[in-house]
Amino acid sequence: MASIRGVSAKSFGLKDNKSALPYLLLAPGLVYLAVFFIYPIISLGQMSTKTSSGEIGQYKQSFRFANYVDAFLESKEQFSRSFIYATIATVLALAIAYPLAYAIAFKSGRWKNVLLVLIVAPFFTSFLLRTIAWKQILGEEGPVIKVLRGLHIISPQTTLTATSFAVVTGLAYNFLPFMTLPLYASLERIDPRTLEASGDLYANGFTTFRKVTLPLSMPGVVAGTLLTFIPAAGDYINAAILGSPSNKMLGNVIDARFFKIVDYPTAAALSFTLMAAILILVTVYIRKAGTEELV
Amino acid sequence: MTNQDSNTNLHKKLAADNSLPSEIKKLISKSLTRRNVLAGVGAAGAAATLAACGGGGGSADANTVRWANWTLYLDYDSEKQTYPTLDAFEAQTGINVSYKEDVNDNDEFYGKVQGQLSLGKDIGYDLVVLTDWMAARWVRLNYAQKFSADTVPNKKNIIPTLASPSFDPNREQTLPWQTIMAGFTWNKEKIPGGIKNFDQFFAPANKGKVEVLSEMRDTMGVIMLSQGVDITKFTEDQFMNAIDFLQKKIKDGFIRQVKGNDYKEDLISGDAIAVIGWSGDTFQLATENNGKFGFAIPEFGGTISSDNMMIPTPSTNAAGAQKLMNYYYDPVVAAKVAAYVNYVCPVAGAQEELLKIDPALGNSEFIFPTAKTSAKLNIFRGLTAAEETKFQTAFQTAAGNA
Repeated sequence: MASIRGVSAKSFGLKDNKSALPYLLLAPGLVYLAVFFIYPIISLGQMSTKTSSGEIGQYKQSFRFANYVDAFLESKEQFSRSFIYATIATVLALAIAYPLAYAIAFKSGRWKNVLLVLIVAPFFTSFLLRTIAWKQILGEEGPVIKVLRGLHIISPQTTLTATSFAVVTGLAYNFLPFMTLPLYASLERIDPRTLEASGDLYANGFTTFRKVTLPLSMPGVVAGTLLTFIPAAGDYINAAILGSPSNKMLGNVIDARFFKIVDYPTAAALSFTLMAAILILVTVYIRKAGTEELV
Repeated sequence: MTNQDSNTNLHKKLAADNSLPSEIKKLISKSLTRRNVLAGVGAAGAAATLAACGGGGGSADANTVRWANWTLYLDYDSEKQTYPTLDAFEAQTGINVSYKEDVNDNDEFYGKVQGQLSLGKDIGYDLVVLTDWMAARWVRLNYAQKFSADTVPNKKNIIPTLASPSFDPNREQTLPWQTIMAGFTWNKEKIPGGIKNFDQFFAPANKGKVEVLSEMRDTMGVIMLSQGVDITKFTEDQFMNAIDFLQKKIKDGFIRQVKGNDYKEDLISGDAIAVIGWSGDTFQLATENNGKFGFAIPEFGGTISSDNMMIPTPSTNAAGAQKLMNYYYDPVVAAKVAAYVNYVCPVAGAQEELLKIDPALGNSEFIFPTAKTSAKLNIFRGLTAAEETKFQTAFQTAAGNA
């Protein structure tokens, strides 16, 4: 044993030192991941199969994997709602952010930096405060509803808050910069000469967009949709503040299971299921979108 | 007074304050140059960090009572930055009180101290203030020390409606600090006739504009009372019947939200025009909004719940904590606290004292319910661990959260 070790140290010593350097550089990141990701994940996994030991908040390990099935069946409504809301919000955010990012990248001239600051500036305020602000804006005594009712666009009974409309628009608004900035980054990198070339080849504006701009901006689209969809699917603030009991998402269920019912195993099982579902969806999406630049 | 004067005064006061640790006093008594202040802040921070390691309220000391309470729950002099009744207690008894507004949420607080409690280790507090149902859990798990009428003689001053809850029939381990009623709160401009029952609460005109409390015991208590159920001894079937009622009202779109304290914002913004709410809140809301909101105990009855003082089992200064409890059950002292916090005062005789300080407050039905009113208020019974989980799950499911 000793001689083997001696030989390997002698013959590979230099090489070992060399190859150790990247690992040393990686060490802080790996330690961070171990402490703040791997350990919590393991502890979450352990909690998810526990059962009650009789007293509130106290659980014993009994490897009950049926917790996952129970948790999913009890909350499947909020589960599907989370993905539906997050999908609509992502599409909405893309529809708003693409023209915005396009305009900033190609048409804004010297206003470019000002516009970028304008997009980011509201996000110096807390997420929570901005959502509460929307509740005030869309609320009964707020300006929007008064104008809409005044113009007879909506009936006096119709409300804007405590609806799925409010939750989805809240999600789209809150994650808009995460969509806009990656889109802007990839649009801005497009060489204008490729667009000119497209025109030289008799492509009209629409064809140029479809054949040149859009494909070249795909990394931005994929990054933006992921950065919007993932947090939106796990969000609970928008549903809690802008929704009603009929608009609750899975985040609200996990929150209530943890803090109100003190049912840690179900909360942990739901967290795991949500993570797995998002991971699968994202993997499929990235495979389909096929953006090598991104991964 | 200039800023500098007030700083100097505060500085003198702090330096004279006996409750501060000597290191911090030393720092304060040094001349306050900018450099010293910055260095001092760092050192005080370090001292605080070290102190925090000893437990929530600091380490045990035979002459100090470490008290954890909710925010804005004790008379406070914002000019002098002191708690007048607490200062008087310290002067009278020579006992130091380390008062911390450390309770923000029953479950959260429980989560912080439960580990140490179950091991019988000091949790850093000699006196804690928790709501009935959580107090019931502490009593069940034997986490609260017993005290007697010998050591807390003033406990005889408790108002009769609160004297024997199911979780502590003789008030041997818990004593209410303040008491909160739940009933109907409404916008007087939108509902001039007021609300006394569920027919009025769920009137077609209010559809989508009423809210109920996320505090299960208050919402479910009021619903069960409306169904003629005695909430001091209801059965599971009765509870689930009430859940069905709640669920239907939510599904039908009558109930806009199931909310915590923030229902206040919805009342102000007009999103909600009637809620199952808390008396003290309504009282303050009405004062802040030109009397726009009304509160009534439902004709079928309302709930009353208390935040209870308890001495954790591992506490090493139970004697001091008992003296403190006894002190706050003196009607004169209780009146001073009631004048500040505006919740229902659990101490008999405090009304007469408050009438001397402030006749308007002394006559408030929200602070001193009359015998007729008290008869309409009911305490939600204690739940077993299994019931707690089952009922809370059913309630959260109805609220769309599970």
